[in-house]
Amino acid sequence: MITMRETFVRVASELLVSDPRVAVVLADISTDQFARAARRYPDRVINVGIREPLLISVAGGLALAGMRPIAHTYAPFLVERPFEQVKLDLVHQGVGAVLVSVGASYDAASSGRTHQAPEDVALLDTLPDWTIHVPGHPGEVDTLLRAAVASDEPVYLRLDETSNRDAQASGTGLVVVRRGGGPTIVAVGPMLSRVLDAAKDLDVSVLYAATIRPFDGDTLRAIAATPEVILVEPTLAGTSVRSLTDALRDRPSRILCLGVGRRELRRYGQPWEHARAHGLDASGIRASIDAFLAS
Amino acid sequence: MLMAWMTGDEKHDLASNSTIDVLWVLYDRILRVSPATVDDPDRDRFLLSKGHGPISYYAVLAAKGFIPLEWLDRFATFDSPLGHHPDRLLIPGVEISSGSLGHGLPLGIGVALGLRAQGRAARVVVLVGDAELDEGTNAEAIAYARAANLGSLTVVVIDNRSSTHGWPGGIANRFSVEGWAAHEVDGHDHEALEAVFRDTRSDRPTAIVAVTEGKR
Repeated sequence: MITMRETFVRVASELLVSDPRVAVVLADISTDQFARAARRYPDRVINVGIREPLLISVAGGLALAGMRPIAHTYAPFLVERPFEQVKLDLVHQGVGAVLVSVGASYDAASSGRTHQAPEDVALLDTLPDWTIHVPGHPGEVDTLLRAAVASDEPVYLRLDETSNRDAQASGTGLVVVRRGGGPTIVAVGPMLSRVLDAAKDLDVSVLYAATIRPFDGDTLRAIAATPEVILVEPTLAGTSVRSLTDALRDRPSRILCLGVGRRELRRYGQPWEHARAHGLDASGIRASIDAFLAS
Repeated sequence: MLMAWMTGDEKHDLASNSTIDVLWVLYDRILRVSPATVDDPDRDRFLLSKGHGPISYYAVLAAKGFIPLEWLDRFATFDSPLGHHPDRLLIPGVEISSGSLGHGLPLGIGVALGLRAQGRAARVVVLVGDAELDEGTNAEAIAYARAANLGSLTVVVIDNRSSTHGWPGGIANRFSVEGWAAHEVDGHDHEALEAVFRDTRSDRPTAIVAVTEGKR
């Protein structure tokens, strides 16, 4: 299967051809994949070296000059290390950029904590006006990236090596995957297939979100038939709980937040092993749902 | 001192006094920008990275007609567009919002790269302080600007001897080592300042160390 990262490189390379405002800014990550584009557009494929604060500042400066920058590296180096640059050199300047990360929460499980960023979305969520996409399948990346580049707004596109079995319809709202009479489960990005496996014999509604900011509270309100809402995210547990409580503020609700735990795992291994350790494989999700509904 | 008295910003009096001559020479003799061209994509860009003590900057902007002179009276009040650190969305002609040190030069590199990608000949001038060079982001920026051959970029360093530890061999040497064209000049001498601002290279960035407080 073509990965999200490969799809990103293909689409970004096509956008360099079709839109002279587009510039790709790199920090020594994915430079091989963009080598051909860099030869063709040396002024618009910019590798600043291993200088991630500069990566974001350059993106901000490019936007100030009227360009549409796409800044790309691993999530901890795109969002966490240069967070002040994101806050001041983009948001405070009143300009946008498209930030595209790889690595997600623990794609780099074997690399250890330094290369993992389950907190990235929560951190960006402290800033106003960001559109945040967490696609769950490579087939969703093309449309999301093209729409992001076509705007001038700040957009974060979080790519993951884990994928759902099938791509969902592209768009920014919640997708109703299953309609039931019981609790509602909101599956974010690559958590959908595991949620469907976990809940296959439960009378639940399953909603899918590839775009979590802005959050589609209207669809959640329309579908949620009971007070129980279960949020399953590939990021830090509870990343989107504020959006849920805001959407459901006029009705009683009980919310279970599943996601990556705050405590450091201090293990290496494979991403699926980290998912299991955080209770984010299908059996772990099911166990948490059963305990929640029985409480 | 007069501006500090007018605005009440005595805390940053030294910072303002040290920049006033450089700012005047830039806006009076060097930069191709005016109140009528603040949105012209081909205008020269001036980025005040050392955002503190901006009253001399505001005074020059007022003298050149970018902002009304009356704005100075309400400096840093709730309804004033002029604060202790400039906000580009509130002040005509201000290219970046600044205050937190170490952002202007990295941003200026992005602006210069963007203008080059568009085939524009506009110049980008960034003003930093000598103490501001302590920020690690400037180390990233100084090294990369030379690697990118950004001849359109000029950094003017206001050397008012604020840096706690300074730089071995002096600030100009620090830039020369990184491959920049570098000059040291009296930061109050208008003729000398104009001369070095006009002495730039097309193949490398230029650093101008404007000494305003004694000698190292």
